Amino acid sequence: MLSVIVFLPLVAAAALVALPRLGDRLARWAWVAVAAVDLALIVILWARYDTPPAGGLAFAQQVDWIPGVNSSYHIGVDGLSLPLVAMTAVIFLACAVYALRERHRPRGHAALFLFLQTVSLGLFVAADLILFFVFFDLSIVGMYFVIAGWGHGNRAHSALKFFLYTFLGSLALLVGFIGLYVAAEPHTFDMPTLAAATPLAARPLAGGLVLAAILLGLAVKTPTVPFHTWLPPAHTDAPAVGSAVLAGVLLKMGTYGFVRIAMPMLPQAWRAWAWVIIAVGVVSVIYGALVALAQTNLKRMVAYTSVNHMGYIVLAVGVAGLVAGDTMQARTVAVTGAVTQMVSHGLITAALFLLAGVLRERAGTDDMHDYGGLAAPAPVFATLFAVGAFAALGLPAFSGFIAEFQIFTGSIAAAPATAVAVLGILITAALFLRALQRVFTGETRGKSIGFTDLRAGERWSIGALLLLSLVIGVLPRPLLQVIEPAARTVVGLLGR
Amino acid sequence: MMRPALLLPEMLLAAGALAALIGGSFVARDRQWFIRAFTIAVLVATIVAAAIQLREPATSAFDDSFAVDTATGFARILAATGTLLILAIAADEISGSPRESETYALLLFATVGAVLLAGANDLLVLAVGFLLASIPLYALIGLAATAAGAEAAMKTYLMGALFGILLLLGVTILSGLAGTTGYTELAERLPDAPRAVATVAVVALIAGLMFKAGGVPAHFWVPDAAQGATATAATFLTTVPKIGALVAVYRLATVLPTSTSWPIVVAAIAVASMTLGNLAAYWQSDPRRLLGWSTVSQVGFALVPVVAVDRSNLALPSLLVYLAGYTVTNIAAFAVSAALPQHRDLTDYRGLAARRGGLAAALLVALLGLVGTPPTAVFVGKLTTAAAAWDGGYAWLAVVVFVNTVISLFYYLRWIVPAYRDAALASSGGDHSAPPPEHPARRWSARLAVTGAALSLVVGVAAGLLWNVAAGI
Repeated sequence: MLSVIVFLPLVAAAALVALPRLGDRLARWAWVAVAAVDLALIVILWARYDTPPAGGLAFAQQVDWIPGVNSSYHIGVDGLSLPLVAMTAVIFLACAVYALRERHRPRGHAALFLFLQTVSLGLFVAADLILFFVFFDLSIVGMYFVIAGWGHGNRAHSALKFFLYTFLGSLALLVGFIGLYVAAEPHTFDMPTLAAATPLAARPLAGGLVLAAILLGLAVKTPTVPFHTWLPPAHTDAPAVGSAVLAGVLLKMGTYGFVRIAMPMLPQAWRAWAWVIIAVGVVSVIYGALVALAQTNLKRMVAYTSVNHMGYIVLAVGVAGLVAGDTMQARTVAVTGAVTQMVSHGLITAALFLLAGVLRERAGTDDMHDYGGLAAPAPVFATLFAVGAFAALGLPAFSGFIAEFQIFTGSIAAAPATAVAVLGILITAALFLRALQRVFTGETRGKSIGFTDLRAGERWSIGALLLLSLVIGVLPRPLLQVIEPAARTVVGLLGR
Repeated sequence: MMRPALLLPEMLLAAGALAALIGGSFVARDRQWFIRAFTIAVLVATIVAAAIQLREPATSAFDDSFAVDTATGFARILAATGTLLILAIAADEISGSPRESETYALLLFATVGAVLLAGANDLLVLAVGFLLASIPLYALIGLAATAAGAEAAMKTYLMGALFGILLLLGVTILSGLAGTTGYTELAERLPDAPRAVATVAVVALIAGLMFKAGGVPAHFWVPDAAQGATATAATFLTTVPKIGALVAVYRLATVLPTSTSWPIVVAAIAVASMTLGNLAAYWQSDPRRLLGWSTVSQVGFALVPVVAVDRSNLALPSLLVYLAGYTVTNIAAFAVSAALPQHRDLTDYRGLAARRGGLAAALLVALLGLVGTPPTAVFVGKLTTAAAAWDGGYAWLAVVVFVNTVISLFYYLRWIVPAYRDAALASSGGDHSAPPPEHPARRWSARLAVTGAALSLVVGVAAGLLWNVAAGI
């Protein structure tokens, strides 16, 4: 069943490419239909999900792939991956609905995004390092073509920068994977086996180097300061749906790697370097927020707030490495918060990027100075944007609050010094309020004049994402019930 | 023992080459396709014979001078398959030309030479294989009959002569030191030989083989030949001889004592090849020349597992898997260029995706495959070769492999990017040159490009099966 969920979009993409007679209109709707079916399947999967025993996976499947190097097609879900799988399907469905008005080569567009959906889902369910890497690398190739083919502005340059940066990161990751493989006895790429064996436990130097390679790869993808410089141009020049998928799904591949690979497989090295990771997280939080404050371009601003939001996750997983007897509970809360933040940031930021895309589509610019008093001609747009902004700055009743509250509760309890990162929330609040004020209030002027309000497809796609964030914010229990056992397992593994 | 039946594939190839050469004289110019069909039959028969042979346990023929084992069997199948695929390019390019049947004969001769190199278990057989693989190449390059082709043939000949002598020098010294040319005795006697002299001989031998592999320090002819020769010859000489030469280096490495410091020599050549090939490919504007340099860097990657040959049991299978992946992927990339012979500048590929989606997709898969993007075959090769090196204690070499992979991405993208750019957009966006004139693509080469790209994906996904064959399981 899991394999069907993963590969259904790929099959649809191949069909779209292979049948050139299919009209553009049919191609757009086919994409929506496939994304909806995939989401429905995941809902069924979630309904049938029972928390697996610690270290185990639900709905696991394992088929030999390259037995000579002990690499297999091994997939499964647990509390860390299931929420991300569901979030991925939601975001892709929202993008499919939003893109119903795409005019530029819609068939190729749909096929490319379906391909990306398979890649993203595959990455989150992979339980083999090589399988993980295959999807990790393919996500880069797919996103490169999204930016280069459907972007605007200096897209060729941005796409190339994105490709080179993240490709470098992915190869660092691969070096780390080979290090784990060679260190394990017998050699294997299987994730659960490696997590159980912790092959480099007795060799701090080698363990540190392998962790450094893996962290470099994941930090580029996440991205954290100082590896974030590819992110703003890529987001600015990507099409709206591309930005939404890039921020909503692809960035999570980095943070997911921390909890799935780095922490369980290299616990000793992780503990040794926990303070460095925390420092990178705090710097990302503050720096991302400050730079976002200085932006006048809306997309760039949201892009930098992503650096800020990813910083909270890095902070939380770093804190999890500060093993001490009495903080087990606090660290579990922090990790739960980190996973919740991945889901929450995916939903909210995807919505914000889709909204920014509306601005560019209508008026050809996303510079905030070009707008003013937009609330009068476009009330629905203004409402949804305000909701998105409040959700992003962590207002209670939205998913962001649940996530960040847990992150800070856990982090400050385990390491009081991390309280300095709360400053990031303050700055983000300021910058979102300022953006709201500049774009929506006051006299209607500039590009705001004659601005068409949201159309049905845009309302439904963006509205659904924000509604889901609200639901998680009000009723977090079902989600947290899935995440918490897995977070406890990870924290337990770190304590070995 | 003689046991000539063990050499059935080689005999088929050699006899086929002779028959094609003589038969070509008796067949009218417009019926030369008959010789092509005959060549195809010979290659298919060779593959079948080699595949049957591969199932038997490892042995050797002619008094232990020719090894018949997994490596030889794999190289036989790979070399014959490569030549078979390349015939599709020939079908477009030289069909009905005055030198058609001679080309087929030369291709078959060079294939025998490559296979002999791969199986050589005796220094003298190695020398024979070297000559047999080299001499047809000079003629193949010269057949282009253009100024660039003549220059490339001359350069190749001079390099071949120089490195052939080096190889023979190495053979002479080693046989003088050990009093034998057979590998089995060499392995026993060389550890007692004077270290400095043995090291010199090893360097000379490996450098000589690098001429066939097209690696540093004997790589200078590769870009010129890839650019100046016909597409058929260019594809062949960057693919099939490498298979033979690299397996020969592997076999040599298994008998040399570590005291000759051959691992360092091979590692240095590997690093130099991949780095130099990558850097030189950076600003090439002719796609064939770019591919020529890319093959130099690929030799470097393929040499990596050889370094760890006596320390990791991943070494041989990973080398063979790499060679298989490289063969299909490199042929696919050359086939794209052969299908569009007028496109001799990277900018000519502008808008290819809109005009010929299939060909552009094949180009994308082939070039990203050469980078080592999963799930293509070269990715599995790169992964396992790096793992083998690390497993053998050469972690730094694995890191160098991936650093070079990042470097290589850029120049492959220089070719992919124009192909996927809108021709209309590109010409309106400040670039005022006219869109490239429309030429029909050559049919068989285009089909080969798509087939090769598909094979590279299939081999990547089904790598487990291939690995089992390569590991002799």
